[in-house]
Amino acid sequence: MKIRSTQAILECLLEQGVDTVFGYPGGTILNLYDELYRYRDRIRHILTSHEQGASHAADGYARATGKVGVCFATSGPGATNLTTGIATAHLDSSPVVFITCNVSENLLGKDAFQEVDITGIAMPITKATFLVRDPEEIVPVMRQAFVVASSGRPGPVLIDFLKNVTAPSQTVEYAPVPAILQGDRLPEIRALRRRLSAPQPDEGEITRLLEMIRQSERPFLLCGGGVVRGRASAEFLAFAEKLDAPVAITVMGGGGIAGDHRLSTGMIGMHGSHASNTACAECDLLIAVGCRFSDRIATDAATFAQQAKIAQIDIDQSEIDKNILTDLHIVGDAKAVLFALNARMGQMQHTEWKERILSLRPPEEAAQSGGTLAPAQIMDVINRIAPENTIFSTDVGQHQMWAIQSVHFRYPGQLLTSGGFGTMGFGLGAAIGAQAGFPDRRVLHLTGDGCFRMNCNELATVEHYRFPIVTVVFNNGCLGMVRQWQTLIYGKRFSETTLDRGPDFVKLAEAYGLRGYRAATAAEFEAAFRSALDCGSGAVIDAALNMDEMVRPMVAGGSPVTDFLLD
Amino acid sequence: MKKQFDALRKRYTLCILVQDIPGVLSQVARLFSRKGYNIESIVSGATDRPHITRISIEIVADEMMIEQIAAQCRKLLPVLAVKVLDSEGSIHREIALIKVRTEDRDGREEIIQIANIFRAKIIDICKDSLTIAVFGTPVKNDALIDTLSDFSILEIAKSGTLAMERGPGTIYQELRDEE
Repeated sequence: MKIRSTQAILECLLEQGVDTVFGYPGGTILNLYDELYRYRDRIRHILTSHEQGASHAADGYARATGKVGVCFATSGPGATNLTTGIATAHLDSSPVVFITCNVSENLLGKDAFQEVDITGIAMPITKATFLVRDPEEIVPVMRQAFVVASSGRPGPVLIDFLKNVTAPSQTVEYAPVPAILQGDRLPEIRALRRRLSAPQPDEGEITRLLEMIRQSERPFLLCGGGVVRGRASAEFLAFAEKLDAPVAITVMGGGGIAGDHRLSTGMIGMHGSHASNTACAECDLLIAVGCRFSDRIATDAATFAQQAKIAQIDIDQSEIDKNILTDLHIVGDAKAVLFALNARMGQMQHTEWKERILSLRPPEEAAQSGGTLAPAQIMDVINRIAPENTIFSTDVGQHQMWAIQSVHFRYPGQLLTSGGFGTMGFGLGAAIGAQAGFPDRRVLHLTGDGCFRMNCNELATVEHYRFPIVTVVFNNGCLGMVRQWQTLIYGKRFSETTLDRGPDFVKLAEAYGLRGYRAATAAEFEAAFRSALDCGSGAVIDAALNMDEMVRPMVAGGSPVTDFLLD
Repeated sequence: MKKQFDALRKRYTLCILVQDIPGVLSQVARLFSRKGYNIESIVSGATDRPHITRISIEIVADEMMIEQIAAQCRKLLPVLAVKVLDSEGSIHREIALIKVRTEDRDGREEIIQIANIFRAKIIDICKDSLTIAVFGTPVKNDALIDTLSDFSILEIAKSGTLAMERGPGTIYQELRDEE
């Protein structure tokens, strides 16, 4: 049947099961928004304050739900405002389809009003970009985009429609494929998905890894973002328990294995625990699942796991031998590879090694009460009071590290954090996306005063959609992580990191119609946090911290992981 | 065993089959620029298969770096096949056009003689200049250019290097499975 081209775009979204879109309208995308008006009972559009907020919201939605996020923006500045969000999704392998509209064909390349070559700009930060100049391309491109975003290693895709393609007079042939997700009934789509999907794990490599495991006396397991994206936590848990070895997480691996599991040693790398980093230095076999050994993990590639044979399981062939040379690699989906390993693996026992490493974990002690508010006290209150299935979004810096060190994430999608790109200002948008995906779950946004100031305009979105998101501002009046480096490495020359300025975050929250709280002690924070959870609306808690709080432990970039600059 | 990469920087040719859609050349080229590598030459042209373009990129690099770029290249949606060729297992040819000023008849004769020795062709001639087309290995072409540098070279245009594996093997063996 013939339908309007804009209708085809939205029908293709419905086909994929999309019911929520984040975005911001503008001149060139008017036709699509006009169509959206007709579809408003079937597609909910969340209007953010800024396109960047929409980009992070679509990303947060994708990370929390495991579905593909969708984000709309107009041409020119609307499109470039997405770029930080696109890069954030790209570095953390989050499946998002970004849809922009550009000027009409007759104006293309003429520096028309709000014209920018967004497909060119987005090329290095997407899995694929599409410039659609012909209405007949709409349906195939839309279908391809979702396959590309979600197949193999997930990631963002950008589609740029020329305005004339979306004109109300344009019609296209459209044959509905209702169950496209259930079976990829179109042969060309099936072929594309097969081409982009991970290969089946190689049985020979599985055999070799099992042999390496049998020979190992001191194995160590690393849980990376691939376990989270691949929703492979059940298989990972079974593997870890069979392996009977200490297990560390990367920032992106948070939630891949329960933080309070008996084998868990917490984070590895720059702010990794003594247990994780020591295990890395002393193990004779390191098995990394879905991890690219970034410079925040392998702080010094030359000495990383020096005594160990290294086995890397990753969905992306181009990650093999990129940052760390491996002794064995298995290219495949984490779930499938771990399943294949588990099926052929017996119960191992490494009591002595395991006990040695696990004994390095700090004793779980209650945070001290009284005195001025400390990060550990905030985390303690949150850990005690926040519901078990809370979704945490963070921004970037000290509060992010404290959160990942102390919250015991239990399943994939519970931690939303910008690990690869390190995007300050990611958290609030991501929290909005998660709350849109899970209206009944508690969503906490942990942030610092520097990060929050960047994108706090999205409080308007929180208020408008009645999202009960609670923002906790770890307010130390400075860019804490940068100040920490300046303290330790730059002779305490605090160049431009002191944030001795407004706004008053309580008044700011109130100005947006939300509840605001201030806390300077653990007791005040606990009272504020309890009240915020119950207040029925979004809330902001301004938690005052000392400027010189530091994230411990710390290994400087370029040093071996056991060379602690701070204990 | 960890894979041993040859750390020596040498000349490689990356042969890439792509769908002939807009933007594909810049998508491939940026993989080199993001790592700060200079492309020595780049050639793009049709193949015996419809809608498939072959891009040949010549670069001086170490093995790890060329393998990484090849792996990242394979991930690009329009890329159908990638083959890394080094100078031993493959044949390389390029075309060069060389325009030389001719002062007098003797000079012209001498240039034509040199061109004949290199089996190059004179493809344009007039009173003050002649243009030579040479087809050969980059080494041979450079030797001709070096010899002609005794005369006044006005302009040079080179095609960039085309490369193909020796023997019956083809790049099509690298093509991904299509349904």
